[in-house]
Amino acid sequence: MSTPYAKLPGWVDYGLIPLINVVVAFLVAGLVVLIVGENPFEAAVILVKGALGGGQNIAYTLYYATNFIFTGLAVAVAFHCGLFNIGGEGQAYVGGLGLSIVCLSLDTTFPWWINFPLAIVATALFGALWALIPAYLQARRGSHIVITTIMFNFIAASLMVYLLVGPLKAANTMAPQTRDFLPGGQLPKLNFIFDALGMTVRSAPFNVSFLLALAASVFVWALVWRTRFGYELRTMGFSPEAARYAGINESRIIIITMLISGALAGLMSINVVMGDQHHVALDFASGAGFVGIAVALMGRSHPFGIIPAAILFGMLYQGGADLSFEMPEISRDMIVIIQGLVILFAGALEHMFRPAIQTIFASLSPRSVGIAAKAEAR
Amino acid sequence: MNSYMVLIQIADATVRVSVPLLLAALAGLYSERSGIFDIGLEGKMLAGAFAAGAAAYVSGSAWVGLGVAIIVSIAMSLVHGVASISYRGNQIVSGVAINFIASGSTVILGQAWFQQGGRTPSVSGAARFGDIALPGANAIRPIPIVGPIYSNVISGHSIIVYFAFLMVPFTWWVLFRTRFGLRLRAVGENPAAVDTAGISVAWLRYRAVICTGILTGVAGAYLSIAQQASFVKDMSAGRGFIALAALIFAKWKPVPVMLACLLFGFLDAISIRYQGIALPGIGKLPAQLMQALPYVLTCVLLAGFIGKAIPPRAGGVPYVKER
Repeated sequence: MSTPYAKLPGWVDYGLIPLINVVVAFLVAGLVVLIVGENPFEAAVILVKGALGGGQNIAYTLYYATNFIFTGLAVAVAFHCGLFNIGGEGQAYVGGLGLSIVCLSLDTTFPWWINFPLAIVATALFGALWALIPAYLQARRGSHIVITTIMFNFIAASLMVYLLVGPLKAANTMAPQTRDFLPGGQLPKLNFIFDALGMTVRSAPFNVSFLLALAASVFVWALVWRTRFGYELRTMGFSPEAARYAGINESRIIIITMLISGALAGLMSINVVMGDQHHVALDFASGAGFVGIAVALMGRSHPFGIIPAAILFGMLYQGGADLSFEMPEISRDMIVIIQGLVILFAGALEHMFRPAIQTIFASLSPRSVGIAAKAEAR
Repeated sequence: MNSYMVLIQIADATVRVSVPLLLAALAGLYSERSGIFDIGLEGKMLAGAFAAGAAAYVSGSAWVGLGVAIIVSIAMSLVHGVASISYRGNQIVSGVAINFIASGSTVILGQAWFQQGGRTPSVSGAARFGDIALPGANAIRPIPIVGPIYSNVISGHSIIVYFAFLMVPFTWWVLFRTRFGLRLRAVGENPAAVDTAGISVAWLRYRAVICTGILTGVAGAYLSIAQQASFVKDMSAGRGFIALAALIFAKWKPVPVMLACLLFGFLDAISIRYQGIALPGIGKLPAQLMQALPYVLTCVLLAGFIGKAIPPRAGGVPYVKER
């Protein structure tokens, strides 16, 4: 009998199956570590210790997680509408351009708490603008958003190189980056939280952007599940035909969704630039936009799933730094593999273990998978 | 005559840079015509390039390199096949996963095996596909107009270049003149009809993704052991995506695919040649603008100013036998 995908209890659907998928992804990643000639268990211990072994480490983990919450939310919002925004990387990068305009012109004039909201507006605006053209092309000209957003990542990279070696470059350095922002362009750290908890943090870039990321998560939750627009957006995602039949304006939803998605990706630049580096440098997004895809898939595109998924990838980033120090063979590129495996098992192969789990549940209690209920209905 | 030689050089460069695009686009043609979208051309090409570079260095033979590239690339195609045919997963998501896995594992394995920062060691001689001079290339060279075309543009490429261009008529023949091709196209338009005729939809689609794997493997080998002499991190540089754009632009037909790839190759050749050179009347263009040009033009062409591209009807939709 091949009628899979019957209804399972909620905790299996939203808890057990995603968990199994992620565990399998990590097991395969362990195989790669084995091929490289290292012990995957030792690697895992070093990784977890590096990510969570002390206030300093946890603060770094949360700093990286902040990036991935933003980019994960960006991908998730588009997913709900049936759109696949691979352009988070470029949108975040161009968001940094908006940020540089605010910080370079106002960091001497205003304190950070005035520049921070201005930076939110600027980064969201620039990120959204970078998503606008692919969105327009998808909505009105039918060109595939996946390809156009990828192309816009490449175009963003060229544009930023041009600006950072040319107009935006600081006069007194050779490096292709803007001048360092003065205190008006620097966000305060949140490390005192760890001090209060009795842990020591020497210098970690964990900053108030984390609170912004949490606020953005609540915003996305409210937008997608508690507004009329969110309802239209999800209808589009489930069935474009149904949305059309219900009189929902397709191109309007596509364009607004992509603008929100791009804006969320753009916000990510605040954490890196104002929170840590204090200047806009080449390739500062360093792949966070792509990690967002894995985070969104792992978190089932729900903010409450995205936050733990982002923290997990934050652990991989922070712990991965320690790992590459102890095991030089396993560089940061290992995370790219894990990312790919998570996307494969939590995304493309999400139904792989479903038939087996269903069989187990059916044999344990037929009622829980709805088989008995169906028989009664007949 | 001087400007004529410039034209010849650009034409020569166009042929060289079009080849990986052409192979990848033809690879995508098989898969997409059978109803399996493949955004993972990029990753398969990259994995093929690494496999070719590594195997050619270890074995000292370019042909071994090519063979290993094809095997690795088919293996990755099959992962995509299992996800999108057997487990009915989202094909775009699966393709993206393939791209990341290829991008990460080529660097990790390259570093572990060769310790050169993710590169493979340079190969030369028999471990590389050298340029072939076609018969009479030197004899014909002095003849004006025709001579340079034959001896510089047509002759003097590696064997993969000739293979790529021969694949165009071959693909056309397979798709439009064989029973396999007819079924392949049918399964991309209406799999239920193919199923009703007693033909396995899954097996047909698996064969299509295997064809894709073969061609992306060749494309990868071309990058690392014909065009260049080693594998370099992320050396496919978005070509898989541009090939996909060429495929859409050419409306999933073999000969237009070749023309589209030559067009993209021409743009690439121009942008390489005129980097940082002042153009009359415009002045010096920034190098970054020229680098971004192929990507910008991909978007412009995809925007459908050439009429609407209609993909295979069942493309991207997993086939469910029973309802």
